Amino acid sequence: MFEPVLLKNIDVPDSHLLSTYEAGGGYQALAKALREYSPDDVIELVKQSNLRGRGGAGFPTGMKWSFVPKQAGKPKYLCCNADEGEPGTFKDRIIMERDPHQLIEGLALSAYAIGADTAYVYIRGEYVTAIRRLEQAIAQAREKSYIGANVLGSDFKFTVHVHCGAGAYICGEETAMLESLEGKRAQPRLKPPFPAVAGLYSSPTVINNVETLACVPHIVMRGPAWFRGIGPDRSPGPKLYCLSGQVRKPGLYELPMGIALRELVEEHAGGPLPGRRIKAVIPGGVSAPVIPEDGLEVGMDFDSLAAAGSMLGSAGVVVIDDSTCMVKVSTRIVEFFHHESCGKCTPCREGLNWAVKVLRRIETGEGEPGDLEQLEMLCKGIFGNTFCALGDGAAMGLRAALKHFRDEFVAHIEERRCPFH
Amino acid sequence: MTMREQIEAAAARYPDQRSAIMPALVIAQREHGHLPGPVLEEVADILGVERMWVYELATFYTLFHTEPVGLFHLQLCDNVSCMLCRAEDLLRHLEEVLEIKKGGTTPDGLFTLSTVECLGACEMAPVMQVGNDYHGNLDVVRIDALLESLR
Ligand SMILES: NC(=O)C1=CN([C@@H]2O[C@H](COP(=O)(O)OP(=O)(O)OC[C@H]3O[C@@H](n4cnc5c(N)ncnc54)[C@H](O)[C@@H]3O)[C@@H](O)[C@H]2O)C=CC1
Ligand SMILES: Cc1cc2nc3c(=O)[nH]c(=O)nc-3n(C[C@H](O)[C@H](O)[C@H](O)COP(=O)(O)O)c2cc1C
Ligand code: SF4
Ligand code: FES
Repeated sequence: MFEPVLLKNIDVPDSHLLSTYEAGGGYQALAKALREYSPDDVIELVKQSNLRGRGGAGFPTGMKWSFVPKQAGKPKYLCCNADEGEPGTFKDRIIMERDPHQLIEGLALSAYAIGADTAYVYIRGEYVTAIRRLEQAIAQAREKSYIGANVLGSDFKFTVHVHCGAGAYICGEETAMLESLEGKRAQPRLKPPFPAVAGLYSSPTVINNVETLACVPHIVMRGPAWFRGIGPDRSPGPKLYCLSGQVRKPGLYELPMGIALRELVEEHAGGPLPGRRIKAVIPGGVSAPVIPEDGLEVGMDFDSLAAAGSMLGSAGVVVIDDSTCMVKVSTRIVEFFHHESCGKCTPCREGLNWAVKVLRRIETGEGEPGDLEQLEMLCKGIFGNTFCALGDGAAMGLRAALKHFRDEFVAHIEERRCPFH
Repeated sequence: MTMREQIEAAAARYPDQRSAIMPALVIAQREHGHLPGPVLEEVADILGVERMWVYELATFYTLFHTEPVGLFHLQLCDNVSCMLCRAEDLLRHLEEVLEIKKGGTTPDGLFTLSTVECLGACEMAPVMQVGNDYHGNLDVVRIDALLESLR
């Protein structure tokens, strides 16, 4: 049996309070780091753990931290990406609502490692409970000197601020988030320079996802070898999987990286609804290409899913059964990306607009021969030609649906109706 | 605290006043219900920033309303996980019982009905946000009970 790490406090009563967190060993990692480790030692521990970013791209966290210039002559910033907008994803909300101190300890350790004294947590504005709990937790942590001018009596100085988003998926893209934090419209910046070198107010800035930061206290406490011992060596650690859609037991599951998608869906989440068969699973939020039922043996880690033509992304696992029309699902997903496109680049703004029109007409039985080729052409025009990864995600997902469920698209066009209605 | 005091306290968290526009708009919307032009101008004046910058953000972000909304803003998620759990049926039901189309407000100003993108609570799909609260695992019966409790 796998012992939960990130969710170990979640079912304890009042798990969001400081006293509960402390009773479970909370803030001991911070005390240990301040006592025993230099900032570089902490970076080294995280590097050796092979922790990779849980926001979706899987970039090695320790390496990102080591890119922050030591002598910048400018303040350095830490930003926590708590914008969580990827449809199918809810893990960061649950960490912040139920165990906010775990995030705060991770923030403090990360800030110590990179030499930042200010952190901004960018939370989507809808997450009212998470915002309240985190603000409460920050106040409690300050009282006990886990945050403040002299953290635990050391000369490490650290402040955390909550910054609320206001309903725009693109703010989750890290450079759009920086624009938003600077008080501008959230439109992505060109990379490089990466934020680690020039980020918030042009200062060196590390941006990490909530779950990424929540892993750090455990790595400091239990060591990198322990962390690497969980799941595949190149993509290790405990992992939060968000199960939703047409499945018996939707919810948040913590299991090792690399667990087979089939085991996750069928054993842990209880499999399909009564009388139904699973048709497909989206493994990593709607940016991740769909996997048909016969591909469910794939391991849920960055490398295995990439090799299978999909991605781990935010680990938002959306289960789709045989009662559902894949054209309808694809249309809804492309509509989402079109709605959230920031409009900065033409292939994303115009290409998605066009794709939505074609998809809608196919779904309502008014598709024409040649429509599928047109969709493929649009995907080709978008993929690799946009400013940020939003356009790529939309194109990759649509391509996969066209490839794996072509017969459903063709049936709509030939029968001039949706076969599922 | 007055609106000005709240905004000034929020602004102290940033080295640059422009960063405080978003938090200031959140505060102003909480105080005024929505963000008409004069309120935007007041925000700009308190922060000492360009009025254009404030307008720009108030119109870019979907949680900011420059037009009034109903007392209860029913925000039904119709993204994929909720769609798979039949959010459409709930939308149709809400439109029927409230006698408005999505995007509309009831004549008594009580309810505004919108559909929104994923609320990040797909484990309890289908989900609707009303004010600050999430209501999950909804069906027609629960929706009716919820509307009743709000009225
Ligand atoms: N969690 C969520 O709600 C969502 C997650 N995503 C995920 O986002 C991913 C794409 O994210 P991006 O930030 O565009 O990916 P990316 O690969 O450009 O960057 C990933 C991280 O590594 C850093 N990085 C990469 N190369 C670097 C270098 N040479 N030097 C310093 N830092 C470097 C970046 O700054 C960033 O923090 C997708 O894979 C998708 O899964 C997308 C939408 C929503
Ligand atoms: C359109 C788009 C939306 C994104 N949304 C999120 C998000 O909501 N949360 C998140 O952590 N990362 C999101 N990302 C990824 C971030 O850009 C970035 O890679 C991540 O925050 C880095 O943190 P990590 O290394 O800890 O994963 C998004 C990327 C794109 C392209
Ligand atoms: S790909 Fe889309 S979301 Fe990203 S910068 Fe271009 S228009 Fe904006
Ligand atoms: S899809 Fe409705 S809450 Fe996520």
